[in-house]
Amino acid sequence: MELSEGGLLVVGGGWRLVHIPRLNRELERQPQNAGAIRQVDGSRLTALDSAGAQLLLQVAPAPDAIFGLADRFRGVLQRVIDAKDAIDRTPKPRPANSLLTRLEHIGRQTSDGGLKIYEMLGFVGLCVVTTGKILIRPWTLDLRATAHHLENTGLKALPIIGLLSFMIGVVVAFMGALQLRKFSAEIFTVDLIGVSVLRELGVMFAAIMVAGRSGSAFTAQIGTMQTNEEIDAMRAIGLDPIGVLVVPRVVALVIALPLLTIYANLVGLAGGAVISLAVLEISLTTFLEQLSGAVGLPTLMIGLSKAPIFAMAIAIIGCFEGFKVRGSAASVGRHTTTSVVESIFAVILIDAAFAMALSWMDI
Amino acid sequence: MISSPENDAIHTTPAITVHGLVNRFGAQWIHDDLDLEVMRGEILGVIGGSGTGKSVLLRTIVGLNRPLQGDIRILGERLSALRGSARKAVLARVGVLFQSGALFSGLTVVENIALVLKSHTSLRPERIDLLARQKIDMVGLPQDAAEKLPTKLSGGMRKRAGLARALALDPEIVFLDEPTAGLDPIGASDFDSLILELQQSLKLTVFMVTHDLDSLVAITDRIAVLVDNKIRIGSLEELLNDPHPWIQEYFHGPRARATRHAIAG
Repeated sequence: MELSEGGLLVVGGGWRLVHIPRLNRELERQPQNAGAIRQVDGSRLTALDSAGAQLLLQVAPAPDAIFGLADRFRGVLQRVIDAKDAIDRTPKPRPANSLLTRLEHIGRQTSDGGLKIYEMLGFVGLCVVTTGKILIRPWTLDLRATAHHLENTGLKALPIIGLLSFMIGVVVAFMGALQLRKFSAEIFTVDLIGVSVLRELGVMFAAIMVAGRSGSAFTAQIGTMQTNEEIDAMRAIGLDPIGVLVVPRVVALVIALPLLTIYANLVGLAGGAVISLAVLEISLTTFLEQLSGAVGLPTLMIGLSKAPIFAMAIAIIGCFEGFKVRGSAASVGRHTTTSVVESIFAVILIDAAFAMALSWMDI
Repeated sequence: MISSPENDAIHTTPAITVHGLVNRFGAQWIHDDLDLEVMRGEILGVIGGSGTGKSVLLRTIVGLNRPLQGDIRILGERLSALRGSARKAVLARVGVLFQSGALFSGLTVVENIALVLKSHTSLRPERIDLLARQKIDMVGLPQDAAEKLPTKLSGGMRKRAGLARALALDPEIVFLDEPTAGLDPIGASDFDSLILELQQSLKLTVFMVTHDLDSLVAITDRIAVLVDNKIRIGSLEELLNDPHPWIQEYFHGPRARATRHAIAG
């Protein structure tokens, strides 16, 4: 590169993307006293790509000040000139007023929240109507899909829910033993285990696990189908996506969660019994005797009766969020997160409502 | 400023060589002892029936699929033997346009292109932004598409944005997987002339999987046909006289005849 007195810059060699840092350094090193560049001689260029052409255009005062360019570089230079014109013509987006944007954001969030409750209610209604239609004609239920979901949400959850419930039993037993020992009332540890596991913890932790395992899976499955236009394809064929996708999942979960709860209760009690035996030296016979005195059928039923309601909430939220997916993979991720958070929130909210209602009824 | 060695090497080494390639998925043989050589500055069209392994061949060459056997070189380098920065340096000289664009869905169009420039160069952000916007214009997208997310674009626009990303580093080889599929005829012929122009000014090597007969006729130097797990390669005239039944059917079917009539007339 050489800049002469009259403002003539002779460029040569390769002007490609990889050369740009070096070319920039060379441009800075040109003698300042030669004055501004007025013309650019490109006859010695051996390579020119679009990045190099862009730099050339920045160096030259005007596109027609570049001369001597080989014919094969004319095309790319013209493209870059056109691109530069188009970029210059496009107005830069104005930076938004931050206070206004924030206010707008708050407003949008509020209205979106309201809208979401409205949509959710609509979706629940749609599910109820579709389920009702299927219940009237039970043979229209897709048994294969239901069995498939039953296996995935129920059978395959057994190991993890078993482990979790066992640990819960262990923790409650330890806690009871430590506190009740102060009053020499260790034997009431059994009561504590029985009531807390059967009435609250068994079903709650099974539900939370299912929300994390299956609720998220429902959202991701339906969401991916949504991005893949599979839901639209179903509608175009004349299949009802609610009937095909939602009802089997809801039915499967409503069957699976009570069964998982019974299983979680048993394993939880077993965990408690093991610790009672190991730490408090309460034999299994004594444990069972004390247990049957402490809890009756009502306690068991209270716990179990929550299971189908939790199941419905988890399945409907999972599917609802799946249908709300729009467009991209990022959206699938966002809605899956929302689905898990919302369904765990719903489980705890419903549980609290149960607790209040039952205490009001004195049960 | 003397010419860099890469320019002198242009016609001495082939851009892509594939030797003895074997690909098999389970019991299904895709490629069996396949050989292919693509010259620098050449536009190669790759055709073949569905499931004959056109896309697999493309993926194997760019290192996305590990073949059972075979020696594959891009620009003289064996990609499978390279790690780290050496691999990155070869990949910087190659651009790939996937069938549906494969734009990163969380980024806007201009961010998609800038990401490539950022990860391979140490240029200043303003220059990267300018280069990215330049590529958007070069592939025929309006500037207001720059700030849009890929989901907000039509299929054809997504394809152009994908090409803009493939061209971000002004690569020496571009791999195009059905670039004109899904474009309207005007857009497709625009695309063709763009490829041709870039090929001329940048000495670009183009490996193009396509079913578009117009593209094949208009811009390819040679055509590679995937038949019987191997490749038959030649100019359009040579392939027109190839006795293989699939090739005959391809070039002498009703669609091909219409295209050739249209071009001759």
